[in-house]
Amino acid sequence: MAIQNKAAANKNLDSIRKTIANHKRHDFIFASLGTLVIASLTITLLILFLDLVIDGYPRFNLDFFSNFPSRRAARAGILSAWIGSSLVLLVTFFVAVPLGITSGVYLEEYAKKNWFSDLIEINVSNLAGVPSIIYGLLALGLFVYSFGLGQSILTAGLTLALLMLPIVIVSTREAIRAIPVHIREAAYAVGATKWQVCHNHVIPYSYGGILTGVIIGMARAIGETAPVITIGALTFIAFLPPSPIGLEPPFINFEWLESGFTVLPIQMFNWISRPQLAFHINAAATGAVIIMLTLLMNGLAIKLRYNIRKKIKW
Amino acid sequence: MVKKHNEIIKAESKDLSFFYADKTQALKKVSLPVYENKITALIGPSGCGKSTFLRCFNRMHDLYAGNRYDGKIILQPDNTDILLENVDPIEVRMRISMVFQKPNPFPKSIYENVAYGLRVRGESNKRTLDEKVEEALKGASLWSEVKDRLQDLAFNLSGGQQQRLCIARALATEPEIMLFDEPTSALDPIATMNIEELMSELKQKLSILIVTHNMQQAARISDYTAYMYLGELVEFDGTNQIFTNPSKKETEDYITGKFG
Repeated sequence: MAIQNKAAANKNLDSIRKTIANHKRHDFIFASLGTLVIASLTITLLILFLDLVIDGYPRFNLDFFSNFPSRRAARAGILSAWIGSSLVLLVTFFVAVPLGITSGVYLEEYAKKNWFSDLIEINVSNLAGVPSIIYGLLALGLFVYSFGLGQSILTAGLTLALLMLPIVIVSTREAIRAIPVHIREAAYAVGATKWQVCHNHVIPYSYGGILTGVIIGMARAIGETAPVITIGALTFIAFLPPSPIGLEPPFINFEWLESGFTVLPIQMFNWISRPQLAFHINAAATGAVIIMLTLLMNGLAIKLRYNIRKKIKW
Repeated sequence: MVKKHNEIIKAESKDLSFFYADKTQALKKVSLPVYENKITALIGPSGCGKSTFLRCFNRMHDLYAGNRYDGKIILQPDNTDILLENVDPIEVRMRISMVFQKPNPFPKSIYENVAYGLRVRGESNKRTLDEKVEEALKGASLWSEVKDRLQDLAFNLSGGQQQRLCIARALATEPEIMLFDEPTSALDPIATMNIEELMSELKQKLSILIVTHNMQQAARISDYTAYMYLGELVEFDGTNQIFTNPSKKETEDYITGKFG
């Protein structure tokens, strides 16, 4: 009898083990599939990047960064392009960040929740997915012609700011929503006003997430080509905009805002469309520079987020 | 309602009803006094409206659109109905502070947590702040444990210490009434005991209204107990009376564990 029971128990145990092994196989299949997909994506990206680096390798020297474009490929550099990109991004940053953060905070903390705010929310999220050429056309009509800002750094900065704005708003709102209700209630319970809650708690605690959104938005803006072409960025430019910082008082001037310009992706586009193969080397080198800048910015975003998360726990 | 007690009324709800935005009625004409320098405990099964009632006292419901109060809460000595539209909820919260169920310190330093209520009131004098922070931390019996690390982040404290920090934060602004919403439900027995002792000390200075679903806790610390069920006040009396000789059958059933 006892032996029989034992045999039955063993059989039962066997079937349990079999079931578990069966289920674990699903785990294994999914994990391998996931690894395969991730690996193929990463490898594709890596190959593309390496290809650019290898193609552009002959141009990786200081001259490439300090030379203007030239008719001779070997002497052509990206000086005007990287300075143009930096100045445009400067404008973008100072327009999109304050506007985006304040809109995000307003929508999340102040705006009444009704159908109208829902409508705004859906539209803001959709704006992040609108093709960038549309922004370019809008900017051409609005900034270049209606406002008469011309084909300037200011126009480009504003255009890219439009493009970046939804990203900043959405990430600001998400970061704010991650703040637990009980922290917010704690602040209200001691008698804080809405503004005090926003200023002392909501914005500082969501800072990490907001910053990430800003950097990712900038990384997107730096690689944008279509809208900048639409508003008429120059493709061959052998001068620099007036320096924003002067040696004489008032030390800061804003003439550069009205200057013509080019940016890195346009410079690359220009070179790749030349028939001479030598210019393709320049294009590859520029592409590698843009990708490295994007990677650096994203890396910075991850690092900042990590540092700030360490300091904030709920 | 309860005339036999010779106590000073600090606040009193009169026919207080409360409706959430989805029109559910969470409180039905609750009339309840809060006596000065006493602890009043609210007991009852989950969902009976005791937390909702507590949160009326600092107008916490105003933070969410669509909530509606009906009735009055009269705060003494100035005889103000704190639920009136023209009474600013911020003013109410400056007089009546609150300690929550889960310890909820700000992700800031210990010092800043306690000082926050004072900063909100515009206090920026370093010396005054230092004094009041020390006083509040002493009042919350936390001073000896944290005095050497006031600049440490608050979340490095244990759960019980965090809750006492929240009490210090609520205490620093010298409130007239302190609301406790199940303050020990997330704490271990020793931390719970510390907080209970602390509340008994605090009532020398202010009036306390506490929600608890731990009946023994109500019996241990409170002077008055109110039993609520389904948004209604079933019985309110001295704690001794409620626990030894309740006048209503429902109260007795709940207290003896036949129900709830």
